Amino acid sequence: MARIKVPRKSTALDMTAMCDVAFLLLTFFIMTAKLRTDDPLHIDTPFATQVQVVPDENLATIEVGKNKVFFGIEGTDVRKALLEEMGKQYKIQFTPEEEARFAVIPTFGVPMNQLRQYIALNDEQRKTFNQSGIPVDTTTNNELSTWIYQARLVQKNLKNQELRIAIKGDSRDMYPEYKKVVDVLQRQAVNKFVLMTQLKGK
Amino acid sequence: MAELDTSGKGGGHKGGKIRSKKASTRIDLTAMVDLAFLLITFFIMTTTLSKPKAMDMFMPDKTKKDVQLPVPETRTMTVWLGANDKIEWFVGAPGKSQPTISNFGKNGIRKDLVEQDKKIQATHAGPDNYMIVLVKPSDHSTYKDFVNMIDEINIAGIKSYGVVDITPAEVAQLKKDGNY
Repeated sequence: MARIKVPRKSTALDMTAMCDVAFLLLTFFIMTAKLRTDDPLHIDTPFATQVQVVPDENLATIEVGKNKVFFGIEGTDVRKALLEEMGKQYKIQFTPEEEARFAVIPTFGVPMNQLRQYIALNDEQRKTFNQSGIPVDTTTNNELSTWIYQARLVQKNLKNQELRIAIKGDSRDMYPEYKKVVDVLQRQAVNKFVLMTQLKGK
Repeated sequence: MAELDTSGKGGGHKGGKIRSKKASTRIDLTAMVDLAFLLITFFIMTTTLSKPKAMDMFMPDKTKKDVQLPVPETRTMTVWLGANDKIEWFVGAPGKSQPTISNFGKNGIRKDLVEQDKKIQATHAGPDNYMIVLVKPSDHSTYKDFVNMIDEINIAGIKSYGVVDITPAEVAQLKKDGNY
């Protein structure tokens, strides 16, 4: 019996096309990537059906959860200018280095007297740092109110835009928590804002 | 092996005397492809593809006192948000009618909003015959209930709504019904 010889085929294959596709996708992801930022409060936003996409720029986010209020603003240049203005308000002189460090912090929740200490921490230490939240009370010049007011001024001066404000509340929170923040906004005549939600099907 | 073959074949010199030895231009691409896919995986994992969504919210201007419109009580629907995701609502002046207890279910507040809106539009002369909803969240209601309520109002296409502080008398009624 003659054995049937299966002709051996070369296992070499042209990977050029695959390489092209891989790099194309890689480029796409790098371009569109917005790195996931650490959410210190672990907020679980409520669901809603009638929603819009939140813009990436010209936005300040007020996070409310666990009886704490956090504040964040988009744009490194805005953050720098904002810290300088806040320093003037509370008579704290921030160094250029501190301003540069503050410019990369997306959200924070410390009172003004702890801010310098918080800025001095590195990324790892910040994660474990117990942030007590920005103080909010019923007076017109509480710290949250000052942050929002100065942020609006800075945005107006730098970019000539009205600052958009978003409230990110936790769905398990009680209504008065949210009401407290809205009262602060309303006292500054900010009557238009957005509530961060997740999309749900009808 | 995987390789990139760019060496031209057949186009040699004719009668050329100087022949430099051509090195193969085949490059092994395997490692490069590996790396590219590794990076893709990394970026897929770390990016947030779904953009954050938000709901628009408008509050009345507190600084202007003179812009309030006179509204007939028969066109207003008052909604109280109580504890445990419970809702109570009534149409017209407070105290005249017993509030209806409702919820966020399928046949709950959404149906009520649409029905009452139709009823009011049928019984009032136009053009301003739309229903006005007053949302009054109590201190024991959650933020989730509030967002749900505004969402239901948006779904039902209610033209005008307002968020108002609840009064002690209304809280007392909620307590009586066991929803506070």
